[in-house]
Amino acid sequence: MIRLFKVKEKQKQLAENANGGPPTKKQSAGELRLHKDISELNLPKSCTISFPNGKDDLMNFEVSIRPDEGYYLGGLFVFSFQVSPVYPHEAPKVKCKTKVYHPNIDLEGNVCLNILREDWKPVLNINTVIYGLFHLFTEPNFEDPLNHDAAAVLRDNPKMFESNVRRAMAGGYVGQTYFSRCM
Amino acid sequence: MTDATTAPSRSRDLDKLLLRPGNLVGPIFDPGTQLREDLKEYVRILVVGAGGLGCELLKDLALSGFTNLEVIDMDRIEVSNLNRQFLFRLEDVGKPKAEVAAKRVMQRVSGVNIVPHFCRIEDKEIEFYNDFSIIVLGLDSIEARSYINSVACSFLEYDSDDNPRDITMKPMVDGGTEGFKGHARVILPGRTPCFECTIWLFPPQVKFPLCTLAETPRNAAHCIEYAHLIKWNEVHGGKAFDPDEPEHMKWVYNEAVKRAELFGIQGVTYSLTQGVVKNIIPAIASTNAVISAACALETLKIASGCSKTLSNYLTYNGVEGLHIKVTEFVRDKDCLVCGPGVLIELDTSVTLQKFIDLLEEHPRLLLSKASVTHRGKNLYMQAPPVLEEMTRSNLSLPLFELMGKATKDIVHVTGIENKDDKKTSCLRKLRVVFKGIDGIMDMDMAGGA
Repeated sequence: MIRLFKVKEKQKQLAENANGGPPTKKQSAGELRLHKDISELNLPKSCTISFPNGKDDLMNFEVSIRPDEGYYLGGLFVFSFQVSPVYPHEAPKVKCKTKVYHPNIDLEGNVCLNILREDWKPVLNINTVIYGLFHLFTEPNFEDPLNHDAAAVLRDNPKMFESNVRRAMAGGYVGQTYFSRCM
Repeated sequence: MTDATTAPSRSRDLDKLLLRPGNLVGPIFDPGTQLREDLKEYVRILVVGAGGLGCELLKDLALSGFTNLEVIDMDRIEVSNLNRQFLFRLEDVGKPKAEVAAKRVMQRVSGVNIVPHFCRIEDKEIEFYNDFSIIVLGLDSIEARSYINSVACSFLEYDSDDNPRDITMKPMVDGGTEGFKGHARVILPGRTPCFECTIWLFPPQVKFPLCTLAETPRNAAHCIEYAHLIKWNEVHGGKAFDPDEPEHMKWVYNEAVKRAELFGIQGVTYSLTQGVVKNIIPAIASTNAVISAACALETLKIASGCSKTLSNYLTYNGVEGLHIKVTEFVRDKDCLVCGPGVLIELDTSVTLQKFIDLLEEHPRLLLSKASVTHRGKNLYMQAPPVLEEMTRSNLSLPLFELMGKATKDIVHVTGIENKDDKKTSCLRKLRVVFKGIDGIMDMDMAGGA
């Protein structure tokens, strides 16, 4: 390709003073794929999405889930999503911003959902993840917990689990831990 | 022997390749001393990464007769680099890799000029990368490769028949190693698959389930990931973990040791902690040397045409015995990064709404419910409602205005494709050209709207 390189080098010298145009933002393939995911979102009524940085930053957003059945009925739970430029090669990073008494979400907001870590596949999308999170509230799972105490209560005494969840959502202590109101 | 006129020149061996014609040469090969001098004068090579591969690459390229090299790397030298990153010495620890590597090669190989850039690849303007004839990659992350690939492909232009314009092609040579394994590949954007066409080749990173970490750790790595992913946040709240901060690493190591003791697990060490947290794979000097040598030779072949280039992906595996294979991967014809996109010709007065309607009738697209994005700006989003509302007012504006009055540019659309009575969701790249703007009217835009 030496001939091309030569031509180009000479062109460059000629064009040295000409303006090269303003530098433009690069859109990664990951951003484009995310754009597709977002523009095709089909969320249940109980889920809403918001973009704190405006319409042009889709890589960081929040999803609010208001479960319409089960233990968490009436609560409002906010999740933050951080999407990498190599999405969907990598799963989005999801954290629960609302402190919640839940066997699969710890008090720091880490979420145990298989498709966010070990079972993530590039064919999955943002819609699947949101449905997965929604599912955690309708069917909390006491096997493989993140919040050990909550899981034990759910397994051994569902009635007490239910009242603990109500107390936490209304704003109050469960054991030593204080939960802010989220209803 | 000491007579300067008869002393063998350093390029003696290279001359055998560059000065003589041959049967196995590339399609356009013009042997002679002029070629040798042109390679020195006109070829500018960027080496991305000054680590294990980068050190080898700089040395190999300098010894292959290239004289205009630049190298970019954001890292500083660490003690653990010294076993294989042979340009660095103990007294260099803490200094920028790019600067030391450039200096050392220039000291050893006379006549070569290497400009170091101690910064992140994203810190450079896109135009910086357009200055080079060939970009050679010695990187260790998918993210960085994907970025350079998208930059290099962004210079590529197509003619009205969707053929790539060679003058705009930015060749890349990509090397990568992991322990005993490695790959070398040649990417000629528009002709051979780009990095994004074959990104599925890379296996996903191993990630342990969070609940396993929290509940039932079974090995040392589980204990380390527990300390890193769960315990760190629990104790440090909002403070971000920095893997390059020794204090942070030490803390994670200590927590991992405690965790391992609790569960009776052996094997947590400081170096394993670093390895797990930073996802470090053992690096082997000879693998780097093999892969870099292949990359440097391909670079020489691309530039000079002295032999046909690798087509297009070499894998090297020294794990059980030795296996080398070359695979010819094919391009993804709809690749969003290197593909031509569908050419659309428009009047400057066409509104965004009208443009979206046109896509539905376009024979090559038949795309309904389009959402449109241009260089990171979302011009219109069909969903979710919150974004639809924020972008709705754009529908009545001319697309030309929304695209910053660029006479031609790439836009991306997502929507539903209606082909053969089947509806599939898709993402398409479009080359939009506006008619009636000075200078570009002479082109025949066959295949347009």
